[in-house]
Amino acid sequence: MNPEVSRLLIYVVAAIAFVALNAAMLVWMERKVAGHMQGRIGPKEVGPFGLLQSFADGIKLMTKQLIVPEGADVPLFKVAPMLVMIPAVMCFVTIPFSETVAARNINVGLLLLFAIASVNILALLLGGWASNNKYAVISAARAVSQNVAYEIPMLITAITVVMFTRTMNLHDIVMQQAGGFWNWNILPFTKNPAMALVMPISFLIFFTCSMAETNRAPFDLGEAESELVAGFHTEYAGMGFGLFFLGEYANVFIGCSLAVILFLGGWQCPFGLAPGIHWFLIKVYSLIFVVMWARWTFPRTTIYGLLNLSWKILIPISLFNLVLTGALIKVF
Amino acid sequence: MSGYFKEIIDGTHSLVAGMGVTIKYMVKPVVTMQYPRASVKMTARYRGHIDLVKDAETGESLCIVCGMCQKACPSGCISVAGEKPEGAKKKVLTSYRLDFTKCSLCGLCVESCKPGAITFSKDYNLAGLTKDEFIFDLKKRLEER
Repeated sequence: MNPEVSRLLIYVVAAIAFVALNAAMLVWMERKVAGHMQGRIGPKEVGPFGLLQSFADGIKLMTKQLIVPEGADVPLFKVAPMLVMIPAVMCFVTIPFSETVAARNINVGLLLLFAIASVNILALLLGGWASNNKYAVISAARAVSQNVAYEIPMLITAITVVMFTRTMNLHDIVMQQAGGFWNWNILPFTKNPAMALVMPISFLIFFTCSMAETNRAPFDLGEAESELVAGFHTEYAGMGFGLFFLGEYANVFIGCSLAVILFLGGWQCPFGLAPGIHWFLIKVYSLIFVVMWARWTFPRTTIYGLLNLSWKILIPISLFNLVLTGALIKVF
Repeated sequence: MSGYFKEIIDGTHSLVAGMGVTIKYMVKPVVTMQYPRASVKMTARYRGHIDLVKDAETGESLCIVCGMCQKACPSGCISVAGEKPEGAKKKVLTSYRLDFTKCSLCGLCVESCKPGAITFSKDYNLAGLTKDEFIFDLKKRLEER
């Protein structure tokens, strides 16, 4: 077979398998983290340590009937869950897992990733709108306003990183951070010591925004259970709901892996020993743990608090950060 | 303007403090009881349905079949029967039935019992599919113990 075609096939199958496995493991991890933070155990009955719990849940979801509500826009209703999954899988094209494990080494990888990832919100909007359900529509409107608000500071902080690294190629960005943690972009002591003051703030803004972009608590206004039933996926049964879930966890993984690539040195080891895919996964899953830790610590914000945080705090600070980065790069 | 920065700093500090609390709880031991696998020991004052007390010496019931519990019961859920065997001085309990579907756990029977032959059991795993399962033969329960 043509190597290009086989490469494509292997990539697609591996990406979808990884997304599904990742979601299953993250659901298990989320329930374990939540349990232990609340003095409980979490799942423990299905398989050792309850590891097979999410597979059992997955089988249950797949056997359920897909119900289309009356008055729903049927084609859009059916296409929305797929639209959530497709960009999530496509994002894996750009992510370099290690020096050799990557689907494509694209020289505008960062830009492409943001372009694909922003399709996700359209899928949420479509799903909410097509459901013909007032809660779903409110939730879709909230999700859009939230994503518009948080995409801006996220992109601005990404620009500060690009100004510093002078490339949008994710592979090159990681290669620049080789060595030890003192070379990472979060604290670049060796490259530009003054930047070590700015970069941690960039990282915090970026991480907060990626949490908000993936609709994770405390920013899960889109699916606020206490007021909107289940938000945009209220009317989805069975695997339709399952796909929204898979997409959410895939996006959490992508957000955290982007933070790891841009700021925490990707697959590079903190001490300069044996870089590889294991370091990438360790760092990403540690960041995902922090995301879950935040979810089970903070109550949900209000929609006003959420938008105020972005427009009044994150955007001004990230703009100031951008100017400061430009000045520091020029001076030092 | 100073209020703006104060709010950001205070807010960040409170977020970090909150995360400190949850991580402490995460490493603390689990407090829930895994019920079907393990269960709590009931406290001394727990009122389950009544049960006959076993005489430590003879292994029989302490009941003298005076019928006070049966009279004291406001719901009429206790029925006691006894007989006097040939040559014996005291009556002997032959059957002690409790209709737990009517019992309101008031405890008047326990208070009225002079020899202290009945007490509250610590049994709380009570579930059944028919009404008959809640008509207990307490003498049989005593013998099984």
